[in-house]
Amino acid sequence: MTTATQPTATGSSGEGPDIQSSGLYSRQLPTYFPAALLVVCAAVASGAFFLLGAFHPVPVAAVTAIGYLVAVTTSSAVVENNRRAKDRLVTGVVYCCFAIAVVPLISLLSTVVVFGIERFDLYFLSVSMNGVIPSMDAGGVYHAIVGTLVITGLATVISVPIGLMTAVYVVEYGRGRLKQAITFFVDVMTGIPSIVAGLFVVALWIMVFGPGQTNGLAGAIALSVLMIPVVVRSSEEMLRLVPNELREAAYALGVPKWLTIVKVVLPTAVAGLTTGIILALARVIGETAPLILTAGMASTRINANPVEGDMMSLPVYIYKAVRDMGLSGEAGVYAEERAWAAALTLILVVMLLFLTARLVSRFLSPGKG
Amino acid sequence: MAKRIDVSDLNVYYGDFKAVEDVTMTVEPRSVTAFIGSSGCGKSTFLRTLNRMHEVTPGARVQGKVMLDNLDVYDHSVDPVSVRREIGMVFQRANPFPTMSIYDNVIAGAKLNNQRMSKSRSDEIVERSLRDANLWEEVKDRLNKPGAGLSGGQQQRLCIARATAVEPAVLLMDEPCSALDPISTLAIEDLIAKLKENYTIVIVTHNMQQAARVSDRTAFFNLAGTGQPGRLIEMGDTNKIFTKPDKKETENYITGRFG
Ligand SMILES: Nc1ncnc2c1ncn2[C@@H]1O[C@H](COP(=O)(O)OP(=O)(O)OP(=O)(O)O)[C@@H](O)[C@H]1O
Ligand SMILES: [Mg+2]
Repeated sequence: MTTATQPTATGSSGEGPDIQSSGLYSRQLPTYFPAALLVVCAAVASGAFFLLGAFHPVPVAAVTAIGYLVAVTTSSAVVENNRRAKDRLVTGVVYCCFAIAVVPLISLLSTVVVFGIERFDLYFLSVSMNGVIPSMDAGGVYHAIVGTLVITGLATVISVPIGLMTAVYVVEYGRGRLKQAITFFVDVMTGIPSIVAGLFVVALWIMVFGPGQTNGLAGAIALSVLMIPVVVRSSEEMLRLVPNELREAAYALGVPKWLTIVKVVLPTAVAGLTTGIILALARVIGETAPLILTAGMASTRINANPVEGDMMSLPVYIYKAVRDMGLSGEAGVYAEERAWAAALTLILVVMLLFLTARLVSRFLSPGKG
Repeated sequence: MAKRIDVSDLNVYYGDFKAVEDVTMTVEPRSVTAFIGSSGCGKSTFLRTLNRMHEVTPGARVQGKVMLDNLDVYDHSVDPVSVRREIGMVFQRANPFPTMSIYDNVIAGAKLNNQRMSKSRSDEIVERSLRDANLWEEVKDRLNKPGAGLSGGQQQRLCIARATAVEPAVLLMDEPCSALDPISTLAIEDLIAKLKENYTIVIVTHNMQQAARVSDRTAFFNLAGTGQPGRLIEMGDTNKIFTKPDKKETENYITGRFG
């Protein structure tokens, strides 16, 4: 990075001789140079493609990037020195990679917003699909929001105590074989495909309640199977970050180990733990396959009871709507609009979660009392 | 209140590594005992065996006997937690609890143990402990601010206040002044002089003048060689150790000619 305090090639004329003879002096491109060069490259590239009559943002961006990298490296090598030239080249490459990584994300978000906004309104958010036949220009996503909240809420209630206590065991108490075994199986669980988690619960439900039983609780348990290992992993990392000195400080005051964990270790790590839990939740909230298997996809009415019949959720709603896009005439169009609007709803729910995570970790982090 | 510590034939290990070998000593009550010796010779390690903090390190173990008055500290039926309530400790590096305010840090010993106490009583303890640690004037207007927001030296004094607030019978201090300015150091030394009327105090220090100033008895530790365990070379009245020690090694160390 160039800084404003260093002398530029023109600005050093006053004390020039001194600095130049000192051996510390090196000529330098002005601070605005990279930005200006980028603008020039972009202008040249788009002009050229425009004249050729083949203007398209992707090749223009590619040519701009390559042109910029070549130009900035050569001009830096000529005016400045080799080390700076390399620095500018690598800086440019890093920015390019960043752009490449961000473009799909922005494109995805904007597509969902543009298509989803068609049908996304208070009406859509506040009604269910009860009694809506495919060709009707009506219906909404309320029952799916309720279902998603109930199922993921239950999954969180199941996974957080189990996951957190496992992490506490592994970090604070675990020794030898048992600890290794637990860590190993948690790793294995992380890799379980979500459909397998769904099948597991289906099999469990058939064993316990007989065939054909789908409900929200089954969905919540399937999601817990996916969520627990993520919670364990992230909590483990967070607990390990708590400095040992704090534990020792508590021990030295004659505080027993369990109280030390409850009153020193967990509060110190609470911000990270919360963030980890919310990230785990965001990871399972979009799961579709296990929910189709366990919570069913037939529900069209509002059902907030997790042990009574099918429960719709946002991802399954989207899946169903996409399947209905094949219907002829108006029905297909409405289904497509519903799919996008529900996708937008789901993204907003996840974003809300992330926002909460941010706020929570800001307010809970130690030293901000 | 104050208690005597009798150590006999103590060997201290980290896994297979023997860090301290064959220490036998007596720490007198109502007095200050200083541990001196070169870096890495096992002063901290030995100090931590006295209140059973050593075994907190995975793989660490102890052989030998430590008596606190008539209690065998390493007896099977003795709970290390109750030993640590009797023998408090100040660590080499300041470690205030980052989630707690300055006030809560001082009474952490009671708070973390779920002891109930009246507001006036805890106010009194906090003020007394902070005054003793020469920190009261600096923090009295921000007792509810986080303890981690203090300077390094202030944090160390906070830790000293925290350790004295629980009024242990013995106070172990591992280089408590290594991060402090001369004025705070003097305040801590005054505090030590005052505390020794009621407590047993053990202090590790690299500062010879400090050892000479505050301690009644001095123990000199040294390594037999690199990779070898540390040993207690000599222990005696501070005056004697600093003026005419029995061992050549001690004299070399004290006069700065050790190697
Ligand atoms: N947790 C540990 N695991 C293994 N070895 C350790 C551990 N802590 C200390 N040691 C070793 O034990 C020996 C004694 O260390 P100790 O910290 O007691 O030295 P010290 O006398 O306090 O030194 P200093 O004056 O630098 O604080 C050293 O060789 C050190 O490497
Ligand atoms: Mg030490």
